[in-house]
Amino acid sequence: MTAPTSTDRLPDPADAPPPPAAGPPPRPLASRLASLAAGSGVRVVLVVLAVVWLLPTAGLFASSFRDARDIASSGWWDTLTDLDQLTWSNYDSLLANDNFTSSIWTTVAITVPSTLLVVALGASAAYAFAWLDFPGRDWWFLGVVALLVVPVQVALIPVARLFNTLGIFETTLGVVLFHSAFGLPFAIFLLRNFFAEIPRELLEAARLDGAGEIRLFFRVVLPLGGPAIAALAIFQFMWVWNDMLIALIFADNGSPPMTIALQQEMRQFGSNFDVLAPGAFLTMIIPLAIFFAFQRQFVSGVMAGAVK
Amino acid sequence: MASGKAVIKSRPWTVACFLLPALALLGALVVYPIGYSVWRSLFDASGKDFVALDNFREMFSNDSIRTALRNNLIWIVVAPTVTTALGLIFAVLTERIRWATAFKLIVFMPMAVSMLAAGIIFRLVYEQDPDRGVANALMTTVHDTFTDASSWPDAQPRPGGPVEVQGDGSYLLTEPVEAGSPALVPLVAVPQPELADAEPAAVAAAGPGEVAGTVWMDFTRGGGGTAGAVDPEERGLAGITVEAVRDGQVVATTETADDGSFVLPAEADGARVRLAADSFTAPYNGVEWLGPDVITPAIIGSYVWMWAGFAMVLIAAGLASVPREMLEAARVDGANEWQVFRRITVPLLAPVLAVVMVTLMINVLKIFDLIYVIPPASSQADANVLALQLYQSSFGAGADQGLGSAIAVFLLLLVVPVMIFNVRRLRRENRR
Repeated sequence: MTAPTSTDRLPDPADAPPPPAAGPPPRPLASRLASLAAGSGVRVVLVVLAVVWLLPTAGLFASSFRDARDIASSGWWDTLTDLDQLTWSNYDSLLANDNFTSSIWTTVAITVPSTLLVVALGASAAYAFAWLDFPGRDWWFLGVVALLVVPVQVALIPVARLFNTLGIFETTLGVVLFHSAFGLPFAIFLLRNFFAEIPRELLEAARLDGAGEIRLFFRVVLPLGGPAIAALAIFQFMWVWNDMLIALIFADNGSPPMTIALQQEMRQFGSNFDVLAPGAFLTMIIPLAIFFAFQRQFVSGVMAGAVK
Repeated sequence: MASGKAVIKSRPWTVACFLLPALALLGALVVYPIGYSVWRSLFDASGKDFVALDNFREMFSNDSIRTALRNNLIWIVVAPTVTTALGLIFAVLTERIRWATAFKLIVFMPMAVSMLAAGIIFRLVYEQDPDRGVANALMTTVHDTFTDASSWPDAQPRPGGPVEVQGDGSYLLTEPVEAGSPALVPLVAVPQPELADAEPAAVAAAGPGEVAGTVWMDFTRGGGGTAGAVDPEERGLAGITVEAVRDGQVVATTETADDGSFVLPAEADGARVRLAADSFTAPYNGVEWLGPDVITPAIIGSYVWMWAGFAMVLIAAGLASVPREMLEAARVDGANEWQVFRRITVPLLAPVLAVVMVTLMINVLKIFDLIYVIPPASSQADANVLALQLYQSSFGAGADQGLGSAIAVFLLLLVVPVMIFNVRRLRRENRR
């Protein structure tokens, strides 16, 4: 992982410099024509695939701007020929709905603390595993790695009981704690490996200047760990923002996060896309914005954390 | 460890400050629950009576859980395979394309979307009505391009008239036809809008020995027509296949003209006239994606849409490290692109492909949101998977947390091999 630059985007092997042209002799014209035809064939296939991949989202987007009557009577592609159908009315009524607007705040109130907590606890534990000295350090770390692939399903019943006893079942605090706990193994694993790559000389130099463990952590390790922490934070943020299962069980039914609010709407009314489409699109805006703004960190976070 | 000896002779309380908050949270909400779930899975619904492995036995005998197990198996086999194969194809195709980044961005984008939003997106895609769901709109367009759409799906014989419906859906004129007298085939029930472009019905002029006739809509708007006769206002039905049948053999075939008229050659004299069924079959309406039969493949489709980008990016990174010289050498030796792909690229990528497959398998094992969201209530039972069953057994009506815990433990057991693999790999790296 390298420091973020202004040209952040998906890693792209096609950008690598072409291999030296020396070597194979010039090919005959027929063969070159054939490969040219094959090349444009590939381009056509890729354009078709890209359209296929975009169609579902495009459909949601177009539908979110059509009123219920239009949605019931024709396909969203009608908007391509009839722009008059487009209206803000779905968004107007959704944003005038207090249940939905408060669910946006609940989502933020769950996501932001969960992300901060995972970064804070994960980074400090990762620092201890990478650079501090304590008995059984390697064994403890192996234990954390073993927890990487534990399915959340195993914890649903026991944690629900535990939270009940503690009085935080169906509260935002409970959801935050659950997400943080299940985010930690990956956080510690990712950050420890990154912190361990920091050159020993840097830490020793700071040590000679009289820095203690705590100052080393805040002054040397955290700043150098920036890229990994960014990838982790983005991954955790998206994971929690998009979660439905944990919120379904642990969130307050009275003021649920967006995913649950939409899902309740769906259970009650079925396919009322004049509400579901704009709602789904509103839940997607933040993740999509983060995706396009921080492609490199997003991709590396998702790639590293997919085992979760 | 890779980091070697710690730089700092640490004081115990400092270590505790850094480590304990994380370990406490992990202990309370991850490690303790594992133990509790194992313990709880050995007790009945009330939690008081020890039932040993009965919950696990119940798991494999209960019909709804067996459906879930079967679907999970389909998921684990199909979804990672299709996703990885597509990712490989995308990675190879984009390798030498200049705008590959834009393509990858588009394919990777669904990773940013929640499974709930993806579920809503695909509910829209899978709408049954081809006028509203894009999947069926494409299916019917392709279907109708390659097969002739039936021309008059609503046309029917008038009850008690001279035409009767056969078992195969074709319409038969009950009396044999004769050269010289027109064969009249009256049909009704075609909606007026479909007749807007139809021409007035007419009987064609027959040559000597030939059989002429008409297929028409035997109904005059506003009333006044005679049943069984071609009245001036009535319209011909074009494009219907007319067969002359003698002793079960088709002896002649023709098609009605724009005014509904047709002429059969002399062989048809004395035969019976039949209108082929394909002129009257209901139009093709696409696939009932959200119905009980194909619901699991349909949901897998939405999963592939979400995760193909993940497979593509990982495989493309692997592809970038495949030595160019090796591919070029093979091409110089006369290997075609397929051979290069099959014999060199894929074997070199095998470790990456394995990582992608295993990661997706773990992911698919726990699939929940898509199955909770996409199927309508009527087909949710047919789409059931373990994670959904666990949720319903544990928190639904008539909850049995003993059974729920047993499913949880089963899921955990399935990931244990991966857990062991992770730990062993780490220990191997540490020894180096």
